[in-house]
Amino acid sequence: MENYANNYVVVAIFIVLGILLPVVALTVGRLLRPNKPNDRKQATYESGNVPIGEGQVQFNIRYYLFALMFVIFDVETVFLYPWAVAYHKLGLFVLVEMIIFAGMLLIGLLYAWKKRVMKWNSI
Amino acid sequence: MQSWLNQPLTWGNVLVLFLWAVVFLFIVLGFVTYAIYFERKVIGWMQLRIGPNRVGPFGMLQTVADIFKLLIKEDTIPRKADRVLFILAPALAYVPAFSVLAVLPYTQNLYFADLNVGLLYYVALSGISTLAIVVGGWASNNKYALLGGMRSAAQMISYEVPLVISVVGVILLSGSLNLRDIVAAQGGGWFWEWNFLPQIIGFVVFIIAAVSELNRTPFDLPEAESELVAGYHVEYSGFRFAFFMLSEYVYVYAIAALTTVLFLGGWHAPAPFLDFVPGIVWFLLKFAFIVFFLFWIRATLPRIRVDQLMALGWKVLLPVSLLNVFLTAVYLELFIKN
Repeated sequence: MENYANNYVVVAIFIVLGILLPVVALTVGRLLRPNKPNDRKQATYESGNVPIGEGQVQFNIRYYLFALMFVIFDVETVFLYPWAVAYHKLGLFVLVEMIIFAGMLLIGLLYAWKKRVMKWNSI
Repeated sequence: MQSWLNQPLTWGNVLVLFLWAVVFLFIVLGFVTYAIYFERKVIGWMQLRIGPNRVGPFGMLQTVADIFKLLIKEDTIPRKADRVLFILAPALAYVPAFSVLAVLPYTQNLYFADLNVGLLYYVALSGISTLAIVVGGWASNNKYALLGGMRSAAQMISYEVPLVISVVGVILLSGSLNLRDIVAAQGGGWFWEWNFLPQIIGFVVFIIAAVSELNRTPFDLPEAESELVAGYHVEYSGFRFAFFMLSEYVYVYAIAALTTVLFLGGWHAPAPFLDFVPGIVWFLLKFAFIVFFLFWIRATLPRIRVDQLMALGWKVLLPVSLLNVFLTAVYLELFIKN
């Protein structure tokens, strides 16, 4: 494995291909598909009715709380991954440390639970 | 593949690697085409219908016809939509879906990129597709699309946490994030040495969270036809819509391959005396079973309610997956390390 960087070249090739396919397909599609826009076609779709008000309506604040909890626990996984990889070389001390760390986050989860963040009573 | 990767980098080598990636792209597109056909056929049979049978022999060309229909269909962008974001969203959904496939190994010698952080790369990139769904839902400037997009984002981030934590047990057992090393650590013996039995809690959490990440039944709330019409892609038509569908099925491919690699022993044979069968056959058998399993539960289970969905993710799967991590760690500490 003396040329390890080559693996990242492959990753870059995959990302470039991933961008190329939509670009090429949509460009080819532009040559093939008809284009006859009119007012009705371009109206916002609301099951065939005349759209009422703005499309960007207010939505539940709950989504924001879920996003906050996600950030907290996703950061935890960032710590868990290197810990898990190096676990065989580390001692009991690190296990206890990680249990304390996860325990503190679990208290946060219990608090959110108690505050009924996870209870869903409207859309 | 290995010999190409070990050579010094020249433009010629990059070209060869690029051509291999293009070949692989067409294999994936072929998989998606026939996965859709297979899904419709299997669900048809399970519901005592025939399924597609008109276009081509046994309806084999049905999906091809569908793709051509989408290609020559008029592409309408709503007047009120945010044009730039509206055009960007389908591509943004597709790019990470295809990019994660770079790190999946198929046999000992057949793989594309052999990253030391393979699993982390997969998890990090698959998270980006949530963004595409929010962008698509917001840019459409449509009530259904916005609600579908928000729901979808909430669901995907809620289930991403248990999904990511459930594989920590596997990392603990193999001591590596490299997917080839993870398969090698399961290898050689009987099938009960694969990770799915030692990590049975992690495996169950992983499967449930993976189905939810794929937005498939019983967790297909973002596309709940009966309440949200079609969810975040309601305003999309033609090939832009096709790219949302495409990335969904590319993720089916990715999750099926990832489950095989992490929990089902990758290319290893289930018993030592079956080793003479090439590894790629075992990989494809396990892979096909997972894909079938995903279609099977779609025909079997009803959709669950949004409140049950969130409660399951945060109150059950997250604590259970954390428990699994520490059970595995304590087990390693007590029985393996000394």
